Amino acid sequence: MRRGRGPIDKADYYRGIRMVPYDLVKELAIAMVATLVVVLVLSAVLSSPDVPSATIQAWAKSDPVDFVTTAATELAGQSETAQYGPPYNTADGSVQSLGAIVPQQWAGVHVAVNAPLDFVLEPLSQSTVGDQTLASALSAFDAASPTQQQKWLNAYIQALAGATLTNEQVTVASGDYGPVPTLMSRLLGLARTGGLDALLLTSDHFYQTDYSKPLLFLGDGGYFIDLAQAQDLTGSQWGMMNETGRYPGQAWLWLYTLWYQLPPFTTASNADLLVVLVMTVLSLALLLIPFIPGLRDIPRWIPVHRLIWRRHYQS
Amino acid sequence: MNQPAPYFHWGFILISLPNLVLIIVMLALFVAALVAPFPHGGGRHRADDDD
Amino acid sequence: MTEASGGGAEAAPHASGEGVGGSAAPDREGGWTTAVRDRLTRRLSIDELLPTRQPAYVGSWVYVFGVVTIAALVWVVASGTVLALMGSAWWHTSSLGHFFNSIHFWSVQMFFIFMVLHLWGQYWGAGWRDGRAKTWMVGVVIFLFSIVTAFTGYLVQQNFDSQWIAVNAKDAVNSTGLGGFFNVLNFGQMYGLHVMLLPIGVTLLVVIHILQVRSRGVVRPIDDPYVPDAAPGSASGGRAR
Repeated sequence: MRRGRGPIDKADYYRGIRMVPYDLVKELAIAMVATLVVVLVLSAVLSSPDVPSATIQAWAKSDPVDFVTTAATELAGQSETAQYGPPYNTADGSVQSLGAIVPQQWAGVHVAVNAPLDFVLEPLSQSTVGDQTLASALSAFDAASPTQQQKWLNAYIQALAGATLTNEQVTVASGDYGPVPTLMSRLLGLARTGGLDALLLTSDHFYQTDYSKPLLFLGDGGYFIDLAQAQDLTGSQWGMMNETGRYPGQAWLWLYTLWYQLPPFTTASNADLLVVLVMTVLSLALLLIPFIPGLRDIPRWIPVHRLIWRRHYQS
Repeated sequence: MNQPAPYFHWGFILISLPNLVLIIVMLALFVAALVAPFPHGGGRHRADDDD
Repeated sequence: MTEASGGGAEAAPHASGEGVGGSAAPDREGGWTTAVRDRLTRRLSIDELLPTRQPAYVGSWVYVFGVVTIAALVWVVASGTVLALMGSAWWHTSSLGHFFNSIHFWSVQMFFIFMVLHLWGQYWGAGWRDGRAKTWMVGVVIFLFSIVTAFTGYLVQQNFDSQWIAVNAKDAVNSTGLGGFFNVLNFGQMYGLHVMLLPIGVTLLVVIHILQVRSRGVVRPIDDPYVPDAAPGSASGGRAR
């Protein structure tokens, strides 16, 4: 190994090496033209994927029972988002840790989401004008104790397992649900108009580019996951590497997604954190190959280079 | 092209046909680059180095 | 501080301007500017940047992967520029827009394909030897940076794929504690990163990488290594081993 004494003079470095004319600019020009031709042909023949986005409106229209079930669990504070933890709230249902190392917790709440309020009560309170039934239902719900609210909601959620669609309304067996069915049917109606997509996005102000709330709400439902399953995008199907349709995906993520298919990552509750750590270590190893004995010597031991430079070695 | 892609299942490996094709093409390109002769027109050694 | 000598030196003709053989010594005021200039011109003169000769062993198709990666990146940026110019919703409603998105999509595939092939080639040739470890390292950083850039790109397509990727990736990002600062559900943040900040980063790194390669030259073959301090004029100077 050479000592770090500044760059090796090229004339000295290439001593004994035959130099030949080589047109770098022409090579780049040819590479650009060739690449462009290949890309244009692929684009013209195969186009690119563009499966339209899911909306809360589409969800409410095509699977109202799933929509109402999800909305009820949000209101009950039992959904994945409601129980998630940082950065959305102070719960801990989705907090991943490795022993005493809990970076998710340390980072704290920075994208505040209050599921019952943001996904159900706030949008509904925007729609009470001219709707006395809704206004009364909201007051009744607000006035009830948290215990009473949970009783109504748990009973309703359980009843939803056997729900049917009657005149476009989600109907369940009779029971003591308080104002919950009214709230849910109003929310469903709001969602069907597209109003809930809009309210979840622009609830604070006119201009908005942060889709956190609508996406978290969508993600809590079965409809969204079913769409992904149909496109083979879910994690247990190596989803990270895949693209919709017959297009190549992100083949370069193969090693990242590989871990999710192997124990213990398959069942670990902190699988994401574990995989991130493993990939960080491996990326560092890739970065530091020049300094890692063994790894840096493999090219010597397995002499693929004898093919690369075979003409040079022959002469 | 928007139809679901065919998938290949070997043990725990599950790969889509497009991704599999892409990886095979990459390997083929690498092997080809190793063995294919490189044109060397005008590659004669010149006594005067007039860089 | 150096007004007196500085002003005088500028007015006076170059002290040692022989002009013979093109080897006139540059004006020698010293200072930081001279230091930077000397360092740059020593390794990055225009002859070093655009040489017309290469070692004969560069005549292998494996050496083409790097330049094709650069070419693909050019088309990624060019097509991306058009997409950004026309706004993020354009390609969903315009067939010309969709065509430019396709160009962007396939040039990204080409970019990754040839970047990885280039990585394989450099690995099997042990391209980090003879003071080129930093070149390798910058290359790996470009690879990782590109993955993040592509990731933000997938997030800003504004279609189902974006939604799905966002909802799933959030858990991995959140687990690291970065979820509050790098919110994959926040289109505005991801778009700004993808369209401006990350491409600037990638381009800067690629420029550095190219300058590193040009300033050191292409590494010698493994079985014909550089032998320092061999006697000048020795016929087999480079082949003692």
